[in-house]
Formats: sequence, structure tokens, C-alpha cells
Amino acid sequence: MAELNTGDGGGKKGGKVRAKKANAKVDLTAMVDLAFLLITFFMLTTTLSKPQSMNLGLPDKDPSKDNVDMKVDENRTMTIMLGADNKLVYYVGLLATPIAGPKELPYGKDGIRKEILSRKKSVLEYTGNKDKGMIVIIKPSKKANYRNVIDILDEMAISDVPTYTIVNDFSPEEQKLLEGKQE
Amino acid sequence: MAKINIKKNAGSTDMTAMCDVAFLLLTFFVMTSTAKIPEALPVDTPTSTVQTKLPETDLATLTVGEGKVFFDLKGKEVRVRTLELMGEKYDVTFSDQDKEVFSRMDDFGVPLLNLKQIIDMKASDRSKAGQPGIPADSLDNQLKEWIYNARIANIEVNDKELQVAIKGDAKEEYPAIRKVMDMLQDQKINSFSLVTGLRGKDF
Repeated sequence: MAELNTGDGGGKKGGKVRAKKANAKVDLTAMVDLAFLLITFFMLTTTLSKPQSMNLGLPDKDPSKDNVDMKVDENRTMTIMLGADNKLVYYVGLLATPIAGPKELPYGKDGIRKEILSRKKSVLEYTGNKDKGMIVIIKPSKKANYRNVIDILDEMAISDVPTYTIVNDFSPEEQKLLEGKQE
Repeated sequence: MAKINIKKNAGSTDMTAMCDVAFLLLTFFVMTSTAKIPEALPVDTPTSTVQTKLPETDLATLTVGEGKVFFDLKGKEVRVRTLELMGEKYDVTFSDQDKEVFSRMDDFGVPLLNLKQIIDMKASDRSKAGQPGIPADSLDNQLKEWIYNARIANIEVNDKELQVAIKGDAKEEYPAIRKVMDMLQDQKINSFSLVTGLRGKDF
């Protein structure tokens, strides 16, 4: 055990009679403290350093299937376009006859999320079918940056939108809409 | 009135056993944790609230930043096999030692012809070497070949489909990411992971 051998006792003839000393003990408290601190550190760094990830499934891009356009109820779709400088424009339904928007919104809790959540509810009321929820089409423009794309995908995950996809082609009207409001 | 003094201990607990255990655990964690090696292409990943962890095996990571693409692959044997396949494809021969070093390497971003130089470098120098990124244009699409051969190698070695993760810089413009996504989709990889950091709950 952690005791020091102080070498008292036997073999001393005619020495002074000493009072028996308590064995000197090494105080291990500080050492144990340090050891546990380091353990905590290594434990946390090993488990926390694993990167997070987000799964993304994209629709099949097989050219042979291109012709089969799925008919989608325009009342269920919401299109979100991402532009330069963290700009976000959304509209619901068809662009020619939009149900709501097109409007510019900020990212985050007070911006697009409110709209998504309320729209999600109204779509469910409209279809009356749990399996036919809202469809969100995300259109990142060439000037959008990766953070915007992740942000909006994250919104989808937070608000639990059942169907969403990333579409890359812009119609000229959409392009105009995204750029026109920039000034 | 003689008082009998019973000699008391100072009230200290015996910490020896605790100390032993603590150091045993400490040794374990020190040994198992791998030192973080500086990445060849440091990127600032965007944050998200999704908390899925990346798989530890069968994973290829494409790091996209500053317009360059770097490639990383998990699993020693898969790496060796991938390198062999790439060597066959582009007529570059690698010695057994090269393969061994390559299997322990991290991400890299050089054309295959220059890969040998990177392999010969010291680990600490690799991140300073200014690697130009793996060529991914239509003339010389080595990135596509890397992904393709890594998938074959992974199926041969582990009998599993390779997962692909994209690790993009937050400030990277979308077309650069899209190019990589398109490349994956051309190979019918329609599902992949996006590496993100962790964001606070009240975002």
C-alpha cells in the first residue's frame, strides 16, 4: 500500500527510545484527481470527435426514365429558391398562379420555418391524407453556397417535411425572381 | 485519571486501488484515441441539428473546399485494393511499400501520377504540400475512377456497398458541390451523407 517504510524498530541497541511514529503515507488524492481529469478528457475527445452527418437521398437521374413525369398536385408543393448572399425566395403552388408568395424570407426559426410548419399543416388539411403531405422543392442557384443548402436541408429535418428534393434547373421566370429582388 | 489514547488514523482513505484503476483507464483511453492528424484540406463544415453519426467503415469521404476535391477512404485493405485498381487503370505501378504507406495515409488530393511523391513524404509534410486536388474535369476525370474503383474494392474486400460522404466547406459555392453530387449520381449513387458539425438546439 502507499506507505513509506520509515525503517523504525529492530536492530537498534541502546538508541533513544522513540515514540512510535505513524507510517508516513503518500497522499494520492491529487494524483487520482489528475488521473480522472485526464480520463474524462480522453473519453470525451474520442467519442465527440466523430463527425455528424446528414443523409440525403436524391431522385434517380437515369435519362431513360426522364419522360415519366410524375403528376403532382400543385397545392402540395412549396418551392424554395436559394440565391446569393443568403437570399431565400419561396412560393407555394405554380409560379404563374401562386397560392402564396413569391416572398423573400430569412433563414431560421422566425423565417422560413414558421412558413414551412404552417404550410405543412394546411396541406394536410387540404389533402386529408397522412401519406400526402407537403412536397418541398429546393432550388439552389449557382450563387448559393453550401451552408445555405445544409441550412435548408436542416430545416426540412427539423420541421419533418415528408418529401423534399433538390432540383437544379431554373425556369427563366424563377431566375428573374431571384435576381430581380436583389436590388 | 488515565486516558487511554487510541491511536487514530488521520482519516485518510486508501486511494491506492482507485489510483490503479484510474491510471489503467487512462492508459486505455490514451492508447485507443488516435491523435488528430491535420487534414490535407481543412474545411469548415456547416452545422446542422441532425445527429446521425458517420459509419466507421465502408466509407469514402470527398472533401470539397476552395474548388478542390480531396479523397479519403476507410479501411486498409480497401485502400490497397483501390490503389491497385487505379494503378492498373492508369498504368502506374506502386511497390508493396508504397501500398503499405498509402493504406495508412489520410486524405489526399493529387493526380495519380503525383501520388507517389505524396506517399514518399512525411506525414507532417503532406498537409503543407499544397496538393492541387484530384482532377475531376471531363478530360481527365480521375475522381470518378477513384470512387468507382473504391466501390469495387470495397465489395471485393468487405462484401458491402461503399457509403459516400461529402464534406464541404460552408462557404463553398453550390456548383462545386453539385458537380460532385452529379458525379455520384452518374454512378447511380443516389443516397449519400453530408458531413456537418453540431448546432445548438435552439437554432
